[in-house]
Amino acid sequence: MLKNRLIPNVIVNNGNVVQSKQFKHTNVVSNAITAVDFFNSWAVDEIIVLDVSRHTDYRNNFHRIIEGLSKRCFIPLTVGGWIKNLDEIKKFLAEGADKICINTQAVINPEFIKDSSNMFGSQCIIVSIDVKKNLNDKYEVFIDRGRKNTNVDPVEWAVKAQDYGAGEILLTSIDRDGTKLGYDLELIRMISEKISIPVIAFGGVGKWQDLVDGIKIGKADAVSAANIFHYTEHSTFNAKEYMVKAGLNVRMPKFYKLPTPRKPKYNEIF
Amino acid sequence: MIVIIDYDMGNTRSIYNAFTLLEKEVVISDDPKIISDSEAIILPGVGAFSDGMNNLRKKGLINILNEEVIDKKKPYLGICLGLEFLAERSYEGGTYQGLGWIKGEIIKIESKNSSIKVPHIGWDDTKIVKNDVLFNEIEDPIYYYLHSYYLKLDPRENNILTSICNYGGVEIISSIHKNNIFATQFHPEKSQETGLKLLKNFLETIS
Repeated sequence: MLKNRLIPNVIVNNGNVVQSKQFKHTNVVSNAITAVDFFNSWAVDEIIVLDVSRHTDYRNNFHRIIEGLSKRCFIPLTVGGWIKNLDEIKKFLAEGADKICINTQAVINPEFIKDSSNMFGSQCIIVSIDVKKNLNDKYEVFIDRGRKNTNVDPVEWAVKAQDYGAGEILLTSIDRDGTKLGYDLELIRMISEKISIPVIAFGGVGKWQDLVDGIKIGKADAVSAANIFHYTEHSTFNAKEYMVKAGLNVRMPKFYKLPTPRKPKYNEIF
Repeated sequence: MIVIIDYDMGNTRSIYNAFTLLEKEVVISDDPKIISDSEAIILPGVGAFSDGMNNLRKKGLINILNEEVIDKKKPYLGICLGLEFLAERSYEGGTYQGLGWIKGEIIKIESKNSSIKVPHIGWDDTKIVKNDVLFNEIEDPIYYYLHSYYLKLDPRENNILTSICNYGGVEIISSIHKNNIFATQFHPEKSQETGLKLLKNFLETIS
């Protein structure tokens, strides 16, 4: 039976892994190589790495980070952040990404979803949707890393993204991001029930039960979190164990005797 | 040296990384000379069937593949699209001809049970239906899948079937083995140690 997936989200700002709180980026937690090494050797099912840097100076740096990561990441690696054209998708895939996450550009030009899923297959294209509630308690889609309100309804947008060829939706609640209050289950459920492609829930996990709720109540196919994994020891393994005990169908990996990847020094990559 | 066929479609880098970890010399290439000198051929692939076949054709790779794999019986490992290409035809976005090395067709995943989502994305239980060298010492295989189409095998080829995956009532062919040809629908290069172990098993068949 298809497993529910646990996916750490690594938020990279100016080359460093940071914490995100309602899309404001604070403390540097570690570097991306260390974070992914850590996740890869544990029980996670995929890894998402998002570049949230506003300075374009760091873009080349980010490409090199992805290239470095992919050498030691033997689970699916999704890359996102400021991707605007097919050439850049091609570049990330050549650097070892398996899936691509698009957001702002997809809203500006939905044809981009079509073009990219035609070229790389829809299974390769994740449309990321950032959602915030307005003062009237209505959900709206934001772009430009939470800076710009599009006034678009997220359910309508998710359906449209699916029709244009998205393979998955990464659904983020900006209000919940970094708050530890748990997922916005109402939002996740609304969208999960409306579309037929997988939904990855993100934003707000403060305890392992939140992951379980995201799947059981929110009907998400996969659950993602960021901050919680950085500060809890054996975090992903414990999360998985908790999910198993809660009766979820998740993967407990087996480890065979194989060579271990040589750990390059961080500065070898730059 | 083994070669990963470069036809601008696959996640060649991921597979390169996996074989490098297993300490095997590997190159990504579309050069006929290199392909002909290699010990084994890996054909990965993500993307649309028709684009993939077109690229193989444009690069003049189909003749070389036929020569090396069918005539010279060089070991072949197809992954995802690399499995789908083996069929006679695919119905992805039209009707397109495949390599025709095995009897079967590529069709869309569709279930009477509307609760299944397409693409089939994620880790899924894989049932070994025939002892095969690829699954040596692998217990409880769970692999990573990423596809919307799958192989419908002609019953005359049932003996090449090595594993399957039941996805909401649809029986997906997970792997096949016919003579020197191995292929998986799932992605061993992205299935953590269970996948790396399978690639290692493949390498053992050629050493």
